[in-house]
Amino acid sequence: MRIHVDAQKCQGHNRCYALAPELFDVDDYGQAVVIGDGNVPPELVERARLAVANCPEFAITLSE
Amino acid sequence: MTGYDAPKSIYGPVTDWVTDFDHGDPQYNRHAHAIWAELRDKCPVAHSERYGGTWLPVTHELVREIAYDTENFTSRAVVVSTEIPLDPAPIGGAPPITSDPPFHHEARRVVLPPFSPKKIAEWEPEIRRLCNELLDEMEAEAKIGLTVDAAIQYAQHIPVNVIARMLGFPLEDQDLFREFVHDLLENINLDPQDRISAFERIDAYVKAQIDDHIANPRDDLAGYLLDVELFGEKIPHELVGGFILLLLVAGIDTTWSAIGSSLWHLATHADDRRRLASDPSLMPTAIEEFLRAYAPVTMARLVAKDHDFHGCPMKKDEWVLLPFPAANLDPAEFPDADRVLIDRAENRHSAFGLGIHRCLGSNLARLELRVAVEEFIKRFPDFELAHGEEGVVWSVGQIRGPRALPVRIA
Repeated sequence: MRIHVDAQKCQGHNRCYALAPELFDVDDYGQAVVIGDGNVPPELVERARLAVANCPEFAITLSE
Repeated sequence: MTGYDAPKSIYGPVTDWVTDFDHGDPQYNRHAHAIWAELRDKCPVAHSERYGGTWLPVTHELVREIAYDTENFTSRAVVVSTEIPLDPAPIGGAPPITSDPPFHHEARRVVLPPFSPKKIAEWEPEIRRLCNELLDEMEAEAKIGLTVDAAIQYAQHIPVNVIARMLGFPLEDQDLFREFVHDLLENINLDPQDRISAFERIDAYVKAQIDDHIANPRDDLAGYLLDVELFGEKIPHELVGGFILLLLVAGIDTTWSAIGSSLWHLATHADDRRRLASDPSLMPTAIEEFLRAYAPVTMARLVAKDHDFHGCPMKKDEWVLLPFPAANLDPAEFPDADRVLIDRAENRHSAFGLGIHRCLGSNLARLELRVAVEEFIKRFPDFELAHGEEGVVWSVGQIRGPRALPVRIA
């Protein structure tokens, strides 16, 4: 599974970074960035799904 | 002191919320959830002639659509009142909240870094210390049998103290800041001339603080704004004053309302209170649910040009309220929307707005809210309303929260 942040949609709500800091970081402006290549290890899939479901801007997607 | 001076409307009390709503009527915030539910059933976009014409959409879908549409709706004025400020788009009087694209983007880049999650996290020990100082005083009073007030003695002090420290303004001016906020955000339906006087008073204060920072440069947020560049140049002092106006006013009664509403919920829901006291790991999830269910901030826009919005003939310079709190209670978007579930894991709420104007201070607000609730229930695991709902006084205007919240500590 791979996680992706749409930088055009992200408005810096910071929900993903709070829910899954292993998968997301934030830059100096508070914008979310995916850590590394966005690969989600099996033990973090549930948290990745939560990040997707809590993003107010629908900016995060999870794909195979 | 109770100290709450409920505004007197020039329009008189509302008798029909569907055709004549007024968020400046003291009954609006007290009964907001019922009013939004009624409007959602009867007309998803209500209209009132008050304030020169005001629209009120109440579904998540419509609030969201307007928040993203910066062409048809301008942010140049965001507080519905009897007086439309003269400051023109795209800058407005308090950037970037009053700004439209393309200026908005650049102005926001200036103020995002000091409010980024990592910068704000540094304030946690200070906020915790402040909360405990306030709780010490309340505990001493509760011990001798006095009723304490969670809004007046606790919630209202936290954000004011923090923003005064961040800006580098005198801590002894905190009462004054609350007066400014009351004048700007609650006294919305005064005679327009009184609105203008209130703005002038605040502008004079901010200008004096800027002059003091120029004479005595120091490392704080006001100093940062005087030093930072916008479009490759230092920001003109008048514009710095606009930024400061936003930072001073926007973070105060908003966060104080969120803290107060969360404590009101815990005072009236013993099961949730006990659960949180015994399982602090649930706190971040519970805080998001309090933000959804009791989102304090309704934003506003001005209609930028005559257009038809889903059958509503919107006229230029009419007001549009953007009730993010109502959007958060829309059953089309949230299962069991009207129930407060402190373990709601999937919670795509929009308490901090949507789109380019996402609340700049959201990271600070969340931190203050979480620490304030954590420390309160750690100190007082058992408390209830001292005089029932009758003793609770709700705010008036676009910011919704308790202004008096007397509680009995067990």
